[in-house]
Amino acid sequence: MFAYIIRRVLFSVPIVFGVMLLTFFLFFVIQSPDAMARRVLGPKATPQTVNTWLHNRGYDKPIIVPRAAKQSFADYLLISRSWKDSLFIHQMTRLATFDLGSSDVTGRPLIDIFKSGALPSLLITLPAFLLGLMVSIGFALYFVFIRNSALDLLGTFLCIALMSVPLMVYIIFGQWFAALVLKYFPAFGFHMQGMSTLKFLLLPVALIVVSGLGADVRLFRALFLEEMGQDYIRTARAKGVSSARVLLQHVLKNGLINLITMMVASLPFLIMGSLVIENFFGIPGLGNVLFSAIQAPDFAVVQASVFLGSILYLFGLILTDLCYAWADPRIRLH
Amino acid sequence: MIEIKNLSIDFGRGADRVQAVRAMNLSIAKGETVAIVGESGSGKSVTGLSLTRLLPEPPAVYSTGEILVDGNDVLKMGTTDLRKLRGGKIAYVFQEPSTSLNPVFTIHTQISEAIRLHRTDVSSIDAEVESCLDMVGIVNPRGRMHDYPHQLSGGMQQRVMIAMALACRPQLLVADEPTTALDVTIQAQILEQLRMLKAQTGMAMMLITHNFGIIGGIADRVAVMFRGSVVEEGRTEDVLRNPQHAYTQALISCIPQLGQRRRRLTAIDHALL
Repeated sequence: MFAYIIRRVLFSVPIVFGVMLLTFFLFFVIQSPDAMARRVLGPKATPQTVNTWLHNRGYDKPIIVPRAAKQSFADYLLISRSWKDSLFIHQMTRLATFDLGSSDVTGRPLIDIFKSGALPSLLITLPAFLLGLMVSIGFALYFVFIRNSALDLLGTFLCIALMSVPLMVYIIFGQWFAALVLKYFPAFGFHMQGMSTLKFLLLPVALIVVSGLGADVRLFRALFLEEMGQDYIRTARAKGVSSARVLLQHVLKNGLINLITMMVASLPFLIMGSLVIENFFGIPGLGNVLFSAIQAPDFAVVQASVFLGSILYLFGLILTDLCYAWADPRIRLH
Repeated sequence: MIEIKNLSIDFGRGADRVQAVRAMNLSIAKGETVAIVGESGSGKSVTGLSLTRLLPEPPAVYSTGEILVDGNDVLKMGTTDLRKLRGGKIAYVFQEPSTSLNPVFTIHTQISEAIRLHRTDVSSIDAEVESCLDMVGIVNPRGRMHDYPHQLSGGMQQRVMIAMALACRPQLLVADEPTTALDVTIQAQILEQLRMLKAQTGMAMMLITHNFGIIGGIADRVAVMFRGSVVEEGRTEDVLRNPQHAYTQALISCIPQLGQRRRRLTAIDHALL
């Protein structure tokens, strides 16, 4: 088990490396460091201030590979000093020690930015995830229990209706209804202050749950229904087990094993927040941080977010496999 | 003990309706073993499952007849009575032991589930599970009872299925193709086990199979099913020696026999029947 984890972690290193390489490539294909500096510093910046800005942040270095023309063949083979002197290698060695650096725009240490953004993000996504999961599983089990009845058909209809509405519509409708009609929830904004924080959280959380409900209930219902057709369900019924118990014991456990694959991988990702929701509600979470960093542009934030995000994702995948082995006795990790 | 009278079972309704069982009659006395033989789709398994209404409804529809268990009509029973019947009075062993056991629960959990449901008087579940496994010839039952199904061989899995079925001392065991998924030597062992257990417990048995070859030493009577109804019924010996119906004759001539010259197996011409 321990050896398995170590191996998986080692396998993750080249993946993170590849993700970062792609990020660097894509980001600087769209804009040069020069253009970036000018956008941050404004149109009145002198060439000198631009150069100092670039130099201080290391953007005067070659980005991934130095120009081939400047190198001799021997340099190329020996992986010369100028190779190591690229922005990519420089930043990666720093990131490898989890030194995230600081924002290109504000100069604020990124670790602070992430720390202050993680909590609002988690306050939204974690309750939304857990609540959504429980509500979806509950409805799915109920629809399986009453399968093929008129109510089940109505449920299917409602689920497809819920799925068909885009998230934006939920947000706008939610803001209008909860804030302007009920006049209880704030339509926008976030303020952390004890229990009153709840008021800012309820609407975004409810919207995430409701917008995901249709698809999840449909998926889980199909998943549980497939279990219902298995031979061992017939065996359980032949023993005299009640329908409710068949569902809650035999179907649920087998179904949950399949669910794990889909759910656990997204668990660590919750910390990254919901880009759209945070943006619409002005919640200062990590989703918002990343969103404004791409717009600014603040490459230091983008690179650190992608770095942490890919590590979290890989961590989620490893966690999935461990949970899978824990839940399903047929699976052994070697 | 069991009396099936004029039973018809359909799948679906209206234009899509398929008749799986048509006006079937069959009875099983206490302690008697009745084999139901027939080809795939002849309605044998459907008949077996209908005894405790295990067929999913819909699509199954019981259109005519009655199924009397000790005089009570199963088709008129409520859910609570049906649940008492299932496993308690009539227990099942199915064809494919590897998929018929729940892969994520230990065999102890699955056997004890049956015991808890029907035998509230049992105080030591562990001892009872152990004795059930011992009864079906599993070596070291105490050590094996916390195994998961995938840790057992096919033959052992089927023994576990039998142990689970017998855990509640049923009066009738419905063995639905209990040896079809197993290889020949294991088949013989399982059949021998069933015969022994039947002698020990005195229960009745409904042995559903498509293989005339296995019923010889085990069934008292045989009912041959074809297209949803019983076409021939009689004492096993009589039917095997002197089959009356053309379909039965054709089925029996399909049994390969040891030492016989190699020959083509005769195909059954359904148009003639």
